[in-house]
Amino acid sequence: MKDHLLGLEYCSKQEIEKILKTGFSFKEVLSRPIPKVPTLRGKTVVNLFFENSTRTRISFELAQKRLSADTVNFSASSSSVAKGESLRDTIRNIEAMKIDMVVVRHKSPGVPYFLTQCTDASIINAGDGLHEHPTQGLLDIMTLQEKFGTVENLKVAIIGDILHSRVARSNIYGLQKLGAKVALCGPPTLIPVHAEDWGVEVFYDINEAVAWADVLNVLRIQLERQGSGLFPSRREYAQRFGVTREKLRKVDKDITIMHPGPINRGLELEHDLADGEFSVILNQVTNGVALRMAVLYLKSGVGS
Amino acid sequence: MKELNFKPAKTLLIKNGRLVDPSTNLDQKVDILVRSGKIEKIGNDLNADKTEVLDATGWVVFPGFFDMHAHLREPGQEDQETIESGCAAAIAGGFTGLATMPDTHPTTDTRSVVEFILREAGKTMADVTPVAAITKNRRGEELAEMVELFAAGAVAFSDAERSLGNIRILRHALDYARMFAVPLIDVCEDAALAGEGLMNEGVMSTRLGMHGIPNVAEDVVVSRDIHLAEYTGTPVHLAKISTTRAVALVRDAKKRGVKITCDVTPHHLILTENDLVTYNTNFKVKPPLRTQADCNALIAGLKDDTIDAISTDHSPHAPEEKEVEILVAPFGSTGLETAFPALYSHLVKTNRLSLERILKKLISGPRNILKQPVPALREGEAANLSMWDLEAKRTFSAESFYSRSRNAIFLEKELSGVVKAVLNKGKIWQP
Repeated sequence: MKDHLLGLEYCSKQEIEKILKTGFSFKEVLSRPIPKVPTLRGKTVVNLFFENSTRTRISFELAQKRLSADTVNFSASSSSVAKGESLRDTIRNIEAMKIDMVVVRHKSPGVPYFLTQCTDASIINAGDGLHEHPTQGLLDIMTLQEKFGTVENLKVAIIGDILHSRVARSNIYGLQKLGAKVALCGPPTLIPVHAEDWGVEVFYDINEAVAWADVLNVLRIQLERQGSGLFPSRREYAQRFGVTREKLRKVDKDITIMHPGPINRGLELEHDLADGEFSVILNQVTNGVALRMAVLYLKSGVGS
Repeated sequence: MKELNFKPAKTLLIKNGRLVDPSTNLDQKVDILVRSGKIEKIGNDLNADKTEVLDATGWVVFPGFFDMHAHLREPGQEDQETIESGCAAAIAGGFTGLATMPDTHPTTDTRSVVEFILREAGKTMADVTPVAAITKNRRGEELAEMVELFAAGAVAFSDAERSLGNIRILRHALDYARMFAVPLIDVCEDAALAGEGLMNEGVMSTRLGMHGIPNVAEDVVVSRDIHLAEYTGTPVHLAKISTTRAVALVRDAKKRGVKITCDVTPHHLILTENDLVTYNTNFKVKPPLRTQADCNALIAGLKDDTIDAISTDHSPHAPEEKEVEILVAPFGSTGLETAFPALYSHLVKTNRLSLERILKKLISGPRNILKQPVPALREGEAANLSMWDLEAKRTFSAESFYSRSRNAIFLEKELSGVVKAVLNKGKIWQP
């Protein structure tokens, strides 16, 4: 039975804790003069990116190299997919070349699950449509654990376009399993229906979210959303929902700011807040590599 | 895909079957003598010399079913289905008659396509009644030549899977159709509200990360169509309704005497949005599978005759189209072969609906809407019937279909009710 990482909804608390713990061990490895271990020597990993990605792909690729795995990159624009090959044929052809793991990103939700039905390789979800982005959720939690020791009872408000965000979904599942409290904040058009069924609080006023939260996880506003009728303008969004120093100043407490990147400075996050004393955004990026090493290692079956 | 081998049914004595026909309030174990395609005699202990005898002990005998919403894909997409294979699937599901939807290539919007369908159908065991397009190429812009299409044999008009977006054109179509008093069939979905939706908008779409199609996308069109049917006086048939509100709107309209009818599919009665949890594309259908509350409302609608018919919305798709990621897979499931076993297993055996109620909605309901003769198990009537072993179970596998396609929503599900024989047009088929 192959082990996959399809989403945090399907992971137990114990499994999440194990990945996080392993992530911290690999973080120590990354601080060594030679940040590389032979753990996955002889294993072959394919990075199957059907959607453009820079940072997630680089983060996975670095994690694989740090573990001494052989890696191959596949991007849809320069591949047989452009010639009309089906996803099933693509994966079966790649599998025929003897691979152990597939890291996949696709715009259709459910593709990682679909691949588990077509191949024997372990599947790691690197983002499927609006569904989940489990390694991002895990690295966000790892970053919070690092800062706060534990996420239990921590109040995390996710700000922005929840409707189109796989990052939000993975964060909600992961954080709740570890005992954190989650709130969502954004214009009602960007909050999915029945969001309250997740057991989260929903705020339409960012000042209320700021007053409530210990942590703001600020999501990227896709620029193409403007004009889709979901919100009137970047200007109005920035005024109402943009995280600014002025809004933070209204509460007398330290607030931690996260962002999965890439940031639209001046839209969802005021320019210098991203680099300010509250920001752990670059810690997220650093932890991403260690966390993905942990996932690759644990799902490879090498340790078991 | 399998071949349907039928043969002439010259003289046949069907012994010991349980005849069930709600139109004549018949439910008893008697013999039927069929001669020259007609029911010559019904009675106990019939005997006829030199006659082929079919032992129907333990079987039930129903009048043939009628599906008023089947996509047979020919002309145009013969890799998915042909009139021959679609009719074979119908017969194998106990459907002796069906209405073909006009979303063919070319569109069923000219006399020649209607005549082609009827000609091809003549070679099969099923009674086929074409539904022609309301507008040219189903574009919703200009009316098709409805008078000529009606004369050629169209029994109703529909833009199939596209609700008319231009409500003024719909109004003209309804006025124009007053000349021949056949219904206009509308598939109720507001395209803008449905947007990029893949499934029902609700708890599951949020959880699974899929854009949703809200109930209200259906409800606003149902409401609009009721207003127009009332205003123009032309009958409107709402195809495959799926929401609680749609049932309530139709119920109220019928009370006011509006000429409105509607149908529902087996899968909307039985399955819910929860079935999409594995992203299986066979569950990607339109309208989307809703919630258990909607299933309950639809069942209640059948009970009080708010819903007039059960249709299968048989929608064959090639494997290379359907066995892909859910975002790009087309909507639809095949349904002719699995409809009755699914209804019987999930609704009759669980006491949610009576067998009689299901049979009415499969036999007389759809035929009355399309003004087709209703078969009956009565002496002198044409032998138009199917026989079933209701105790037997079967699991439909991908290889087991007479349809050219295998995208069945009830694939690999064990169902009760196995078809044993079908008679129609002077022919008999036995699996």
